[in-house]
Amino acid sequence: MSNLLARHAESIFWLARQVERANSLARILDVNESFSRNSRGEHDWQSVLRLYADEEVFHATDRAPTADAVIHFYTLDDRNPNSVRSCIRMARENARALRPLISTEMWVQLNGFHNRLSRLRRGDLKTESLNRLCGYIKESCQTHSGITAETLYRDESWYFHQIGRAIERADQTTRLVDVKYHVLLPKPTDVGSPTDEAQWNAVLRSAAGFHAFRRLSPQSMSPTRVVEFLVMDRRFPRSVAACVLTANDCLHELRLKYGHMQKRTASNRLRKLAASLAEGTAEELITRGLHESLDEIQAEIAEVTQALGQEYFLHSDGDLPQGTHGESPA
Amino acid sequence: MKDGAPAGLLEHYDPGGFYCEVFGGSKRPVSHTRTVRERLDGMSLAQLRRRAQAAERELYNLGVTFTVYTSREQIDRILPFDVIPRILSASEWQTIERGVIQRVTALNRFIEDVYHDQKILRDGVVPAELVLENANYRPQMRDVAVPFGSYVNICGVDIVRGGDGRFYVLEDNARTPSGVSYVVENRHLTQRAFPDLLEGIGVRSVSNYGQRLIGKLGELAQGAGLNPSAVLLSPGVYNSAYFEHVFLAREMGVPLVEGRDLVVRDECVYMKTTGGLQRVNLIYRRIDDDFLDPEAFNPKSMLGVPGLMRAYRAGKVVLANAVGTGIADDKAVYAYVPRIIRYYLDEDAILPNVDTHICREAEGLEYTLAHLEEMVVKPVGESGGYGLLIGPHASRKALAEFRSKLRADPANYISQPVVQLSVCPTVTRSGIEPRHVDLRPFAVTGKSTWVLPGGLTRVALRKGSLVVNSSQGGGSKDTWVLE
Repeated sequence: MSNLLARHAESIFWLARQVERANSLARILDVNESFSRNSRGEHDWQSVLRLYADEEVFHATDRAPTADAVIHFYTLDDRNPNSVRSCIRMARENARALRPLISTEMWVQLNGFHNRLSRLRRGDLKTESLNRLCGYIKESCQTHSGITAETLYRDESWYFHQIGRAIERADQTTRLVDVKYHVLLPKPTDVGSPTDEAQWNAVLRSAAGFHAFRRLSPQSMSPTRVVEFLVMDRRFPRSVAACVLTANDCLHELRLKYGHMQKRTASNRLRKLAASLAEGTAEELITRGLHESLDEIQAEIAEVTQALGQEYFLHSDGDLPQGTHGESPA
Repeated sequence: MKDGAPAGLLEHYDPGGFYCEVFGGSKRPVSHTRTVRERLDGMSLAQLRRRAQAAERELYNLGVTFTVYTSREQIDRILPFDVIPRILSASEWQTIERGVIQRVTALNRFIEDVYHDQKILRDGVVPAELVLENANYRPQMRDVAVPFGSYVNICGVDIVRGGDGRFYVLEDNARTPSGVSYVVENRHLTQRAFPDLLEGIGVRSVSNYGQRLIGKLGELAQGAGLNPSAVLLSPGVYNSAYFEHVFLAREMGVPLVEGRDLVVRDECVYMKTTGGLQRVNLIYRRIDDDFLDPEAFNPKSMLGVPGLMRAYRAGKVVLANAVGTGIADDKAVYAYVPRIIRYYLDEDAILPNVDTHICREAEGLEYTLAHLEEMVVKPVGESGGYGLLIGPHASRKALAEFRSKLRADPANYISQPVVQLSVCPTVTRSGIEPRHVDLRPFAVTGKSTWVLPGGLTRVALRKGSLVVNSSQGGGSKDTWVLE
């Protein structure tokens, strides 16, 4: 059996990333709406802009960072390449190019998802319905994962899909932890306050990890334990460590089964990253500087993506990237 | 209507004097459609419409669409599907099948001759300048050997049925004919939406088209001494027929590639994979000659593969269809096809052309001038639908003007009588009404020719219209060939 077309490999890698990015966005918006209120009951929507390093881009649109404006920016704004609608539009474009490869069911679901999003108007983003919209987005992204797991033939395309999803999720979780850590610890006096705890709960909820975390540490809610859970806990499927490990395992199997053993750059980087996450502790990360540590992880993920491009998507030929993809958040 | 019992669905249907695909040409309906007529009569119009709507929605969701581009956006459209099938009896089909095979065989012999010995031109059966000065003639194909002399590997022959109930060929499509995906998808739709209509009637299957196609193309690779590592070459997602390319690649089980996925090294073609460059020996290309290779043809083509013609001429890759087949489906050459059949096969055409008068010949010109108000006159050049005269619809002044044009340059024209296309009962807003249809069977040729039973029935959905093109209000029907 011949290898996968390089362009298709890249397209499915990005397809998975784009769907996962939409998934993460929906989680963050939803949780921010429901739980991220300060002591005066106000929402802090600036933090979402900080999370994605989009403050400058957003301010360039000349809008005040009101709840409405930020929500629109991240859901339906076609000019924002990282809005949910843009992500799903690009995912669908990739899916269209991949139609000879993916199952009809994958295409039908993604096409329907895209069509429904493109019919939404600004008026559909009212506060009272945001929760429902985010629920719909999350569910649709999960449906995509489910249909993919049930129907996609397990050849190279499956591995690239899994790697893309895992890498994107790892990246998203580092951002979530990073921004919250900074937002939440500006004043040492706040630590341990009811607001502080509420904020950490929100972080956990957006990653769907709140209840698992409670079970794990019923007594304590320290930032260190939350960081440990979200970054290091391999049993938590959205943790950075779990995702990096998944990507690493998938890449290893892919190399073994499809004759890519001579390609070492991406896999060496992933393996090292996985090892460092397995060996370290949350205390060490925080002592070294949490922001710096998370930054390094993000940079490493970007390096892995680039190495995949050169080794598997044939970018080294001097070709431009071939799949449809937006830039990673800076 | 008695006791409030509903009238049969087809009770008030009137073919309006045209030959009808379901009822036939005389007062007494043809017998092979009886079961279907009875079953249709048992359905209500509302029920039929409801099921038709569900069927069309399904096509849309499945993405069985062609894409229309406006300045602002891309719109996916389905080819409207009419649920009442067009039914061909076994013997009708036998005539069509034999006729199509005969025609494709002769066209292939003709193309081979033109690119090699040019006997038919020297014998004056077809005027040499008509072929050699044709925009679709490719001098790059001179003396290039093609496996089994099979140039037109996929051929779509457009056939109409006249008022006399006979089939006529209207046009050959010997380059990259499209539409076969609708043949298969329409059948799947009927099977899902109208299993009760189809049940127990022996209808010949169309679902194995992809397997037959890759099998036939494999014969070509074998004939060229190559292993059949095949791809389908598409212009990409922005092509309006992209769905069909996806469909065929999947049905054939081969990668769907674009020009940028292929590269030529040392006169061999490779595709770019995760594992590096991998050899490709067989390309079913859905890109026109002009765009195939910027080195050999249109240098501005972004769709093609530089060097592909070199690899092709060196016999390192098989292209289906072969390059240069456009000389066989040209409007001017069409008029000569019955003579081409006679010349190479020593047979009469089983499927006649629509009566065509070649104005470059004195007899044809004279007839055309004498009957101009009854004729359709077509320019033969590259002008497409432009410069056409439809006699019955033309003013006195237009006729007079055309007469002088014809006299000035007779070689540029052919003329045909207006063909009264057959009709088929069709679901319309005002009930079941006759609409004109044509038929495009698909012939696949490797070492020999196989014809997919049936083909694409296109239907002009506008009342009275003879234009079946999807861009102009055309739809399609499932086409049944009875066992």
